[in-house]
Amino acid sequence: MKSLEDLKKLREQAQDRMTMRMDEEQKYRVVVGMATCGIAAGARPVLNALVEEVAKTKAPAVVLQTGCIGMCTLEPIVEVFDKNNEKTTYVLVDALKAKEIVEKHILKDEVIDEYTVGKYKK
Amino acid sequence: MERIQVLVCAGTGCTIGNSGELIEAFEAEIKSLGLDKEISVLRTGCLGLCGVGPNIAIYPDNIIYKTVQVADVKEIVMEHFYKGRPVHRLMLNESDQDTNEVHDINKTQFYAKQKRIALHNCGVIDPENIEEYIAKDGYTALGKVITEMTSQEVVDIMKASGLRGRGGGGFLTGLKWQFALNETSEQKYVICNADEGDPGAFMDRSILEGNPHSVIEAMAIAGYAIQANYGYIYIRAEYPIAVERLENAIKQAKELGLLGDNIFGTDFSFDLEIRLGAGAFVCGEETALIQSIEGERGMPRPKPPFPAHKGVWGKPTIINNVETYANISQIILNGADWFKSIGTETSSGTKVFALGGKITNTGLVEVPMGTTLREIIYEIGGGCPNHKRFKAVQTGGPSGGCLTESQLDTPIGFDELVKLGSMMGSGGMIVLDEDNCMVDVARFYMDFIVDESCGKCSPCRIGTKRMLELLELICNGEGTMETLDELEVLAATIKDTALCGLGQTAPNPVLSTLEQFKEEYIAHIVDKKCPAGVCKALLSYVIDEDKCRKCGLCARKCPTNAISGELGKVPYVIDQEKCIKCGSCVTACPFHVVERK
Ligand SMILES: Cc1cc2nc3c(=O)[nH]c(=O)nc-3n(C[C@H](O)[C@H](O)[C@H](O)COP(=O)(O)O)c2cc1C
Repeated sequence: MKSLEDLKKLREQAQDRMTMRMDEEQKYRVVVGMATCGIAAGARPVLNALVEEVAKTKAPAVVLQTGCIGMCTLEPIVEVFDKNNEKTTYVLVDALKAKEIVEKHILKDEVIDEYTVGKYKK
Repeated sequence: MERIQVLVCAGTGCTIGNSGELIEAFEAEIKSLGLDKEISVLRTGCLGLCGVGPNIAIYPDNIIYKTVQVADVKEIVMEHFYKGRPVHRLMLNESDQDTNEVHDINKTQFYAKQKRIALHNCGVIDPENIEEYIAKDGYTALGKVITEMTSQEVVDIMKASGLRGRGGGGFLTGLKWQFALNETSEQKYVICNADEGDPGAFMDRSILEGNPHSVIEAMAIAGYAIQANYGYIYIRAEYPIAVERLENAIKQAKELGLLGDNIFGTDFSFDLEIRLGAGAFVCGEETALIQSIEGERGMPRPKPPFPAHKGVWGKPTIINNVETYANISQIILNGADWFKSIGTETSSGTKVFALGGKITNTGLVEVPMGTTLREIIYEIGGGCPNHKRFKAVQTGGPSGGCLTESQLDTPIGFDELVKLGSMMGSGGMIVLDEDNCMVDVARFYMDFIVDESCGKCSPCRIGTKRMLELLELICNGEGTMETLDELEVLAATIKDTALCGLGQTAPNPVLSTLEQFKEEYIAHIVDKKCPAGVCKALLSYVIDEDKCRKCGLCARKCPTNAISGELGKVPYVIDQEKCIKCGSCVTACPFHVVERK
């Protein structure tokens, strides 16, 4: 390492593996329901797609999993919480929709109405 | 793609608790479920709650599991990592009873009042991977210092921060650095004191095990500040894990050019080496430590000259403690004002304490200066276990003293503790309850001092031995009121005449217990009783003749055949001459008729 510039480069590279352990709170929390019903309905590829897309686009979100969210027929379910703990619930998500959620909701703050639980119920 | 990181504590405590096997078990279980691309297992440093180790931290959930056994691994992997349901029974985080929602780890009783500056990164990064340290802004402070600042500017920041040495003395770090910078010399040295001899203290070890680069970086900064290009880390060989992590960290720093010649392409060069000590308390004293580095027997010499003027190899040297160094890069990065804003007027920043003894949460805690003892003991530490009554807290180790209930609202600071007849010391904090005898506690520390006295000056070599003998007299019920006077006279003489800090402070535990618990000394002397029931010579075990059911179980368990009687016919009695007061008869008696008096 010959300069401060080199250190900076190495730091940025190293941070990619450390994002989940950084102190700053992320703008969004994305939570995937991973109980038996969720997994059976295909939550695992959804979870993986979310994790990959967030890492690839460096989207400001932490991806977590949880147990049963309580609407088993609508699994896989993805909940997006903002910093004020306001929740948007997406239902019947698949890997493609998951990518879209990251692209639109996390990166551009645009809620995708047609995938939300409210839309479905109507 | 990785979505979960499992950090297993690999500090000394948790390693003894088998955390090494845990890592293997996690790796195997994760692999068997085919999750090895999604979940990685890393080792990390101390999370603080050593009493309930092994501890592991799960990210990004920020959940800590405690007392994890190999048998729990399957459940954690299946339930938490696979199905997303944290295992509540092992969780340190509190959670909502109705919704099962897991609360933030920083809201738990143990962490809520803590502030981690010296311990930052401990339990968060892998200490064996320099890149993780760099990801957390490691070596940025060093870069900033040597490319943007003059030596004097660095010293000025230290002065403005008000940082005081964490090794016991509480000397202003900036001032010490200024003295060394003022010296003109071809060669100067930077030393890190990692001897940590105070019984009960283990914060320095934990910092070196959990975040070794923070000390290395700070030593290089200190080198730049006083214009030294060589350093020594003096550490006891009894800390094998810390030594190994340090060696590894130094090697990695050298490979990246963060130690060595022309750091960051400037003309500043800095290198350092480890010197192993044999684990003598006196070698933590700075002049003895210097002798030991030079290959001499570790014995103190009079000061002045101070090390800043004439230190190792006769050259200007600064010596700082591990925890002191662990604050340095944080101060450079966040500024002196930030540091000064934490803590009290005369003691800025935080202090790490090793909580031990009769306390529910045993472990390492770091709190802002000015936090009260009560907050540390009751709120963070959870008070004395088993509903026992709190009696005193010992701070400052063999140089310190005991504080009682009425003093618990004292805000912690260097000067505040001295005013109460104790001291900060290196941060050992041993809680004593009603079952501890204060004369015995004083005897324990004096015994330690007699063992550790180097013997160079007679007040310490002979005087502490005489004090120990007097304390033993009292514990054996052979003391008189004159014994107390003799103790006080000896204490005053040793304080005035001993060569180094070891002897000068050695009488403190006796003086402080005499002041706070005189009635307990008197009970030993006049009533020939040890109120806490600790001093064996003053105890006797007696069987209540009327209630004895003549079963003979006690006699069978007695290791010295001191109990006689006849099965079913004659009640049993204990021969006080033969009794060694082991208490076996008390546990053996099914009818609870053996009494300790
Ligand atoms: C008997 C004795 C033992 C000591 N042991 C230690 C020790 O283990 N670690 C330590 O840092 N300082 C110890 N000190 C204090 C050192 O002499 C010295 O003051 C300290 O390392 C300076 O660093 P600081 O200003 O950063 O605290 C001891 C002092 C005495 C008198």
